[in-house]
Amino acid sequence: MQLTQVLTYAMRRLLQAVPVVILIMVGTFLLLKLAPGDTVDALVGDMGGADAAYIARLRAEYGLDQPVWVQLGRYMAKLIQFDFGWSFVYEQPVSAILWERLGTTLMLMGTSLSLAFSIGVGLGAIAARRAYSLTDNAISTLGLVFYATPSFFLSLMMILLFSVKLGWLPVGGLTDVAAFYTGWDHVLDVVLHLIMPTAALSLIYLSFYLRLMRASVLEVADLDFVRTARAKGAGETRLMVHHIMRNALLPVVTLLGLQFSTVLGGSVVVETIFALPGLGQLAYQSVIQRDMNMLMGIIFLCAIIVVIVNFLTDLLYARLDSRIALK
Amino acid sequence: MITTCRSAGRPGWGWLLAGAALATMAGPAAAEEPQRGGTAIVHMVSEQRVLNPALRASTGVYNITGKIMEPLIDKSYDGPVGVLATDWSSTDDGLHITVNLREGVNWHDGEPFTCDDVAFSAMELWKPLLNYSSTLQQYLESVDCTDAHTAVFNYSQPMPLGLFVAAMPDLGHPVPKHLYEGTDIMRNPHNTAPVGTGPFKFVEYKRGQYVIAERNDDYWRGEEYPYLDRIVWRFIPDKSAAAAAMEAGEIHESGTNSLSMADIERFSKMDGFDVGTKGYENNVAHSTVEFNHRNPILADLKVRQAIYHGLDIDYAIKTIMRGYAKPGRGPIPSTGGANYTDDVTTYDYDPELAKQMLDEAGYPAGEDGIRFKLRHRPAPWGEYTQLWAEYFAQAMGEIGIDVEILTNDAPGFLNGVYRDHDFDTANGWHQFRSDPAVSTMVWLRSGSPKGTPWSNQFGWKSDEMDRMIDEAQAELDPAERAADYHAIQAKAMEELPLIFAIEHPFISVTSQKLHNHHNNPRWISSSWYDLWIEH
Repeated sequence: MQLTQVLTYAMRRLLQAVPVVILIMVGTFLLLKLAPGDTVDALVGDMGGADAAYIARLRAEYGLDQPVWVQLGRYMAKLIQFDFGWSFVYEQPVSAILWERLGTTLMLMGTSLSLAFSIGVGLGAIAARRAYSLTDNAISTLGLVFYATPSFFLSLMMILLFSVKLGWLPVGGLTDVAAFYTGWDHVLDVVLHLIMPTAALSLIYLSFYLRLMRASVLEVADLDFVRTARAKGAGETRLMVHHIMRNALLPVVTLLGLQFSTVLGGSVVVETIFALPGLGQLAYQSVIQRDMNMLMGIIFLCAIIVVIVNFLTDLLYARLDSRIALK
Repeated sequence: MITTCRSAGRPGWGWLLAGAALATMAGPAAAEEPQRGGTAIVHMVSEQRVLNPALRASTGVYNITGKIMEPLIDKSYDGPVGVLATDWSSTDDGLHITVNLREGVNWHDGEPFTCDDVAFSAMELWKPLLNYSSTLQQYLESVDCTDAHTAVFNYSQPMPLGLFVAAMPDLGHPVPKHLYEGTDIMRNPHNTAPVGTGPFKFVEYKRGQYVIAERNDDYWRGEEYPYLDRIVWRFIPDKSAAAAAMEAGEIHESGTNSLSMADIERFSKMDGFDVGTKGYENNVAHSTVEFNHRNPILADLKVRQAIYHGLDIDYAIKTIMRGYAKPGRGPIPSTGGANYTDDVTTYDYDPELAKQMLDEAGYPAGEDGIRFKLRHRPAPWGEYTQLWAEYFAQAMGEIGIDVEILTNDAPGFLNGVYRDHDFDTANGWHQFRSDPAVSTMVWLRSGSPKGTPWSNQFGWKSDEMDRMIDEAQAELDPAERAADYHAIQAKAMEELPLIFAIEHPFISVTSQKLHNHHNNPRWISSSWYDLWIEH
């Protein structure tokens, strides 16, 4: 796998992605317009009412009195210049808020997915090697329990235990607002606030990796090349690491790519419960408030992340299995 | 009187023991020596878009900005009290209202507060830009400053002084002219970073997380006030998580029904928390049943009366509202003062009578027991409205009316009912704003343009009612005015343009570490200059 080869491949993928992203943006714009009511309705709902002239003036100011096609044209023209527009809900540029929120979500998702992936793959491999033993049963049952637990329930139970009963961890938010920590104290504060949401998210994701890895290892372990390697005298550890794991990881990496693409949607519930200012919560609030520009910005960001993650997944595939070529 | 502020034990006694509860609340709190310093942390379910009460009149906005920006006049349990105004009077013809302003008050940036600020705010914000206020101030011609601290409001039609004063706590917040003049007012950066005269100065608004305000050392009430060093409002959208934070001591106050009813009831039995409706007398709402009179079935008064007879209001109060409510008696709640009367027609729960009336109206039950079908839109304003809708559907089922519930989010609901008129019945909240003229009568008066939320979009029209409302609005004599509103209330209960079924104030859960809380009828919106925290 040479650098030029990778770059050419990246370039081509990028070009292919452009029409896809445009299609996504136009499609979602029109879909969102189908929802009854607009941001002025939501705004007036929040205010507890307003007279008709006031509403009409707001609508004109936000450009919502124009036909849908005009609004779409205006939006796309701005988007081409990477201008995400103005959020009438937050009274700030969309990009400023997106940046701020993206950090929290990436941090949360990054940590949760890495934890879920590494622990899940490890546990899955162990379970598969000791298939149908007590260890396997224990691991598999635990996986099933977390798989079946809704994230909101798990989160609330954790809050009840660790915050309300034991008082070890803060209930929610990103920082202890009233404390005004700086420097390392601030970092420690953020870490403390992220423990529960990260644990809740990774426990739920973990079960996916665990189960997939277990099945995958069991399947690969029966294949001919493993038998050959064993016949040639490979030790159990070498067999597991070099021959089985590497091949068994392929479907698991696919899952990682897929799950990372849901980075925004996946954390809505957990972000809402732990009051974390991330993109998931922002997306949810934006739908309720019909904050079109914000939603479109989030979807654009999502589309870009999916394209990038898909690209990285493909690279990883090629690395794991040399029979897969980048074309 | 709706005053229940409960501490540990005996939920629901509040109604009976209102007086006693008040006494025990006020007694020790008044006797204790207030402590200086500390931070009060307040729970908010949803984010505020704009922090300027002169642009957006809503309880959510006042909840934060009430501590930073002050109105000319506020409300106390003894009636209106001057804040930035000291006194007020009106000419006999009701065309000129003179307001004397407090001297020696400074904005948070050090500039003095003068009549120019009031005149600018009234003409540039209150009249053209502030919701509800644009109706209230539609006949306001100009505001003259006879000197730096005297403002004269000139009207082209008589403005009752009582109405003016009743509206000021919500619709009378001046903004500093020197920061707003010559700017695009809607886009002014101070709309999200307010500069006021209040006991607390705005510090920071972190979107999705919190708002912080800190003590104003230059507060006009004197060095003693405010007691607190800081107030932090935290946005926690999940109600269960917020209840946990309350229990863990991370927040001290959760007002306006921001927790689930089950948790509110749980806190009412727990030590260390005050739970109650005291302090919301000015924020009383009605749970309604709204009819689309374009549907010929519902245009029949007998059908509407039968529907009212089919509703067991006491049962709904006990189960849905957990006892924190009482039956509605028309558009004005019992906290409406002189304008309220309970001398109106009422409709007892009597399903047999309801069935009989529907038979008489010409809608006998079919073979399947169903008389007719209704499409019902519940407003998505939280737990009350959803449960009330479900109860409504169930109660109607019992008298042979099949109700299909169509659930929407807020913009969908407002469109479906108020713009598209695509419903048979609907239910929601109707909040009373101190004076019937400010917001109440738009529900009964015809002629509001299509698409105006919370107005008469129900297709109900009565020339008689329109005339009565217009007369009451222009009536200057307080006694005559009250009589006018009593008549309107009686008529609304007779003709049932909609059902004001249940009257309920909001409920707060407050940590007992806070003192001097809920001590005025719009406490959550007020300035909290005398609030203190045990530490």
